[in-house]
Amino acid sequence: MKRRLNTYALTFRLPIIAWQTLFFVGPLVFVIAMSFFVVRNFQMVETFEFTSWEKMVTRDYVWSSYRYTILMAALAAGLASLLAFPAAWYLAFRCQPRTRQFAILLLIIPFFTSYLVRTFSWYTILAESGVLNGAFGLIGLGPYTLLNTPVGTLVGYLTLILPLVLILQTVTMANIDDRLIQAARNLGCSPARVIRTVILPAGKTGFVIAALFAFILSFGDFVAPFYLGGSNPPTLPILIIDTTKAGQQWPRAAVVAVMMMLTLFTIAFTAIMYAYRKRASR
Amino acid sequence: MTRLDLFLRVYLALIVGFIFLPIFVSLLFSFNSARFPTLPMSGFTTIWYETIFADPDFWRSAKNSLIVSACSAVIATFLGFCTAYTDYRYSFRGKSLFLAIILLPPTIPLIIIALAMLAWFSRVGMSGQVISIIVAHTVLTAPFAMAIIRLRLSQIDESLEAAAWNLGGNEWRTMREVIIPFCKPAILSSLFLTAAVSFDEFTVSWFVSGLNKTLPVHVLEIVQGTIDPQVNAIGTFVFAISITLVVTSQALIFFRLQRSAS
Repeated sequence: MKRRLNTYALTFRLPIIAWQTLFFVGPLVFVIAMSFFVVRNFQMVETFEFTSWEKMVTRDYVWSSYRYTILMAALAAGLASLLAFPAAWYLAFRCQPRTRQFAILLLIIPFFTSYLVRTFSWYTILAESGVLNGAFGLIGLGPYTLLNTPVGTLVGYLTLILPLVLILQTVTMANIDDRLIQAARNLGCSPARVIRTVILPAGKTGFVIAALFAFILSFGDFVAPFYLGGSNPPTLPILIIDTTKAGQQWPRAAVVAVMMMLTLFTIAFTAIMYAYRKRASR
Repeated sequence: MTRLDLFLRVYLALIVGFIFLPIFVSLLFSFNSARFPTLPMSGFTTIWYETIFADPDFWRSAKNSLIVSACSAVIATFLGFCTAYTDYRYSFRGKSLFLAIILLPPTIPLIIIALAMLAWFSRVGMSGQVISIIVAHTVLTAPFAMAIIRLRLSQIDESLEAAAWNLGGNEWRTMREVIIPFCKPAILSSLFLTAAVSFDEFTVSWFVSGLNKTLPVHVLEIVQGTIDPQVNAIGTFVFAISITLVVTSQALIFFRLQRSAS
């Protein structure tokens, strides 16, 4: 359906291009440019120097924070994928379609509750004198230190990503051709073998995409590592906030942002290539 | 196999419980009289609600939030509609790039968008205003609008538009009398959904808002201070608004599906 360009067609195209260039592409390009700016006498000077890059990439704390952020985000993505799988499997194959629809509707709700308030809520649950330890105390256990530990951070990440991963996995598995599973069953496969030889390969794309989204969300989140992990050690998003808000060192924050973007693009590209790669024929 | 099913059902309940526990606890303890929430609970109170409703800061930020979410929902839905329609009707060179610039924002961490917007807005002299939050939120929410409306457009009978042209309607009239009415439920649904997303967003708002903070930024500032059960009360209040928006949005789609099915 190829038509000549006219006013009508352009009316629906130009506003988007203008708006997104001005307010999406513009800021992103500017943040890359800003990583080469310098701050002199508390003023940002627009230039092209590698000062901020040198400052940041030669610091050990930047790299340890980098490794920690990737590790925690990967851990959260893996954990969420594993934890969600049995539940998604149940929702996709072993319950009524109505139950599945209802569950998905229910799981959408958390996206529209404030993540910040949920995190604060976890804070009061996990604190030394909080709800969880209060409950443990009633049966004579604890108190356990959960706040300001990586466990706290992971709980926060999971709150953010578990609903999404669960929904994506459920939809993925519900869309697998039922005849494949029936065929495997008829050939005498146990449920575990059906999962391994049919469901995992057939749903690969969906599973990888779900894990990728989980990784991206955790990687960029500052709330969980700050409030529940006690920013100990700080993750890259916390580094951005600290350098922007307290230090007024925008170019250095931009360096961290560009590092994050490069990392995410590499990981997303690899994951998507892997997800869509055709299986080698045996 | 029933044993396995039972186990899985309990497991699913645990997972859903984990997801909803913070929401539930927040709701519960917004009525708890002790300053620090713990078990066993102390008495019932509405003092936290009274505190927030008496706080002028709360109303100012709530007003900002309403303005921001209403305006950004309208703009984002317009942008989303234009993109969805272009994608539905036209194919042209560079279309995937065109779609990418509107669909990409959700894949970029909010903290990066926040920094980029902050720097860009102060560069072009737009920083610290309510309008800057609105603009930022349109970029963040337009992809959702696009997705909802595109889904609706894919249900349209392709000959419908052509039939309208044959009957003598020009493109504009066809748009006004065929396409837009057909997309109306999706447009409404998109308005509510994008408003809900905008209403909860705090990272970008926090960076670009300056002194014109929104409700989530207000919460962020309280949380940074101390443990304050006000947050539970505000959270419950915000939750009630968001959920109303989302349920309305879902109901609009659902209602429409029921009607077209019958």
